[in-house]
Amino acid sequence: MPQLPPALETRGVNKWFGANHANRDVSLAVPKGTIHGVIGENGAGKSTIMSIVYGYLPADGGTILVDGRPVAVRSPRDALAAGIGMVHQHFMLVDPFTVLENVLLGAEGGVTLAAGMARARTELIRLARDYGLEVDLDRPVGELPVGAQQRVEILKALYRGADILILDEPTGVLTPQETDHLFRILRALREQGKTVVIITHKLREIMELTDNVTVMRRGQVVANVATAHTSREELAELMVGRKVLLRVEKAPARPGAPVLEVAGLRVRDGAGVERVKGVGLTVRAGEIVGIAGVSGNGQSELLEALAGMRPLAGGSVRLRGEELANQPDRFTARGLRALGVGHVPEDRQRVGLVTSFEAQECAILGHQGDPAFNGRLLMDRRALFDRCAAEMDAYDVRPRDPRLPAANFSGGNQQKIVLAREMERNPDLLLVGQPTRGVDIGAIEFIHRRLVALRDQGKAILLVSVELDEIRALSDRILVMFDGRLVGEVAPAEADERRLGLMMAGVAEAA
Amino acid sequence: MAQDAAQGVTGRSFGRPGEVPGWVGYALLPLLNLLAALALSGLVILVIGENPLDVLALLVTEAVGYPEAIGYTLYYTTSYIFTGLAVAIAFHCGLFNIGGEGQAYLGGLGAGLVGLALTGWPWPVAALGAVALSALFGAVWAAIPGWLQAKRGSHIVITTIMFNFIAAAVMTYLLVDVLIRPGSQSPETREFDPGVWLPTMDRVLGWAGIAVPASPLNLSFLWALACCALFYLFLWRTRWGYEIRTVGRNERAAVYAGISPARNIILAMAISGALAGFVGVNEIMGVQHRILLNFTGGVGFVGIAVALMGRNHPVGIVLAALLFGVLAQGGGQVSFEYPTVNRELVMVIQGLVILFAGALENLFKPRVEALFRRRGGGHDGGTAHG
Repeated sequence: MPQLPPALETRGVNKWFGANHANRDVSLAVPKGTIHGVIGENGAGKSTIMSIVYGYLPADGGTILVDGRPVAVRSPRDALAAGIGMVHQHFMLVDPFTVLENVLLGAEGGVTLAAGMARARTELIRLARDYGLEVDLDRPVGELPVGAQQRVEILKALYRGADILILDEPTGVLTPQETDHLFRILRALREQGKTVVIITHKLREIMELTDNVTVMRRGQVVANVATAHTSREELAELMVGRKVLLRVEKAPARPGAPVLEVAGLRVRDGAGVERVKGVGLTVRAGEIVGIAGVSGNGQSELLEALAGMRPLAGGSVRLRGEELANQPDRFTARGLRALGVGHVPEDRQRVGLVTSFEAQECAILGHQGDPAFNGRLLMDRRALFDRCAAEMDAYDVRPRDPRLPAANFSGGNQQKIVLAREMERNPDLLLVGQPTRGVDIGAIEFIHRRLVALRDQGKAILLVSVELDEIRALSDRILVMFDGRLVGEVAPAEADERRLGLMMAGVAEAA
Repeated sequence: MAQDAAQGVTGRSFGRPGEVPGWVGYALLPLLNLLAALALSGLVILVIGENPLDVLALLVTEAVGYPEAIGYTLYYTTSYIFTGLAVAIAFHCGLFNIGGEGQAYLGGLGAGLVGLALTGWPWPVAALGAVALSALFGAVWAAIPGWLQAKRGSHIVITTIMFNFIAAAVMTYLLVDVLIRPGSQSPETREFDPGVWLPTMDRVLGWAGIAVPASPLNLSFLWALACCALFYLFLWRTRWGYEIRTVGRNERAAVYAGISPARNIILAMAISGALAGFVGVNEIMGVQHRILLNFTGGVGFVGIAVALMGRNHPVGIVLAALLFGVLAQGGGQVSFEYPTVNRELVMVIQGLVILFAGALENLFKPRVEALFRRRGGGHDGGTAHG
């Protein structure tokens, strides 16, 4: 029996972004009817190669082959015609439209909608049955949970005749249960002969799901291996290029006096919807309290409110025993900073930095009025530069150039600039949101060690993260947040994924 | 991960610093855009039946060819610098101030009231008074839309346009019914006491023993240059400028940093209005010596083009203001000489410059930058990011 050509193959694909060689002779082959993982750190080029395959980006050289035949993919339309479908990390759905309308969008097939609708409905029911892709076709997409929205994206691709499905970081927004459901669907797709490519940086998912895995580093393919013949440790080492510690080493916490005491806290979002519905928690000196939860359950609003970025709708916030909620002039971002509260925001690019500013300007964001950087009228650029250079040394920020715009640093280095700014002020309380989102493994290790070191200096740390592994690795106590409420507290030792997952989904209360 | 791919396409964030020399963005590209605009203008003139090179030569000669012409050109430049800076500072706070025209008009009222009131005083006092009151009037006129934007969310573009109309109506009312010279038919005030007039440049240079022909160019030109320096120091060297730029670039980061967007929006608009108001010092105290209708003549709108072309930086703004000064002065003379090249056609040329320098700013950018990258290319570009 002759060898079947791979469903999808790239040969020697190159891509430059300016001087950055984002893809360097990328060659990979995805055998038909398999699940293929592409892993690498952020910026390793894995999204770039898939964007090229899907026609978003033009390649600067190289060939793409589908079923052994070269195809010219100049747009997503060409990709779909070649049988390639893609599910993006951020869904491309119209919220007020129903599932059916969303699937039909751009593939209406005729002047009037009715005929196309009827055809689509029959086809979608069949697809849903074959692959376990149950969704209510007549519900507006905006009302669906995230996992179901993702299934709509998969349906869209399948309805358009995709035989090869590319998923970009599909599990980032899912609960563990939703992730399991997704993996069942992907396995069903494989059984029906479809080919699946999944881009991720989560090693666990690669090990659990894939048949083969391509590891990328700095724009190059560094390994193509059968998943069964490798291990998490080996893959991590391949991704980073050196041995990595996957676990955080830390001594047991020695909690001291309460630093932050919150009771009955309520917070509304910009639209006036209550997102934090009566939260009470305590963070003591010398401990890290982690808040686990699927993103969008009020953690972001809680963190921003505690940092003085959002007005409180009610409740009590005590810092070192002093009630602040009834002092609106001190309970501000500026006032809390003066009281020794540091804040590493969840979204460093949109909140924590001004990306067009020089690194040294970003290094004083929130401290621009500090006398250390100001003369009577003009700022002291020398002091600014020296401070930033010192922080860059301490946090190993590369390149070590305080005059470089923040946008020119990688995500990990941007995060280090923010962390250095917030941690070097020696805060009594540090609020940390998603400290390692979009940060590569090497930098994660560094950031985790820094946070633990700060804890060991007797500082209180409140950590919000959607990465369960991170919560479990760092926290001394884990609180689970669901729908604006804390639904339970778990000790890290007892926090297995299943139990946390059920709590995060609002299914189980803490025992 | 889709995100970093997108960044690579839109931002130049992955590029190595310095790979495209800075002067390409600040000098070469504007020059190319200007040449393109002139080439297209030449075509238009050719179609009309005149020789474009002759017209261009005349335009340049009439703008910079002899001292008197230079004086006129710099007089126009002065007002354009003020309005260009005004648009730029609002822009640095993320605001599009279309109201320079009205703010300049009100600034002229402020300057003029000083001129009317200080009869018999020495001119330096009048000059300081005019600077202060024109700044105040312009600032208040711009701060109201700023306040409406900051506190009520009324869009600054809409409100500043509306305030241009209100300013025009207010000025017409004042000049027709209140400030008009008694017994006069034309809606303007009496002439100020010549002792408070802002000295023209030819007078000032005359004191120093340098003889130059008379022109409307006056001391406000030096004030405009001083404003450029102050603009730079304020925006990039003070914490207040830092806060304004933070609000303009990233409002959420401003909130995070404890910087009040509302306060800075109002502050930036007030400064913007004050800068536009200085047009009144140049026009009313320096040239007209009385308050009259419509003395602004569109400088507020040219300021938008100047700021756009000057990339909101004082050095660029001076250069762009010079260019528009040349076009205003030279263009006016051309329309005298060539009946076919009328005032409207000069505006077409100005429009083409704005179009190429502003709206089509990126026309040549990718290709020119690619050229420089390829020349400097070949090195290892595998910068780690992410």
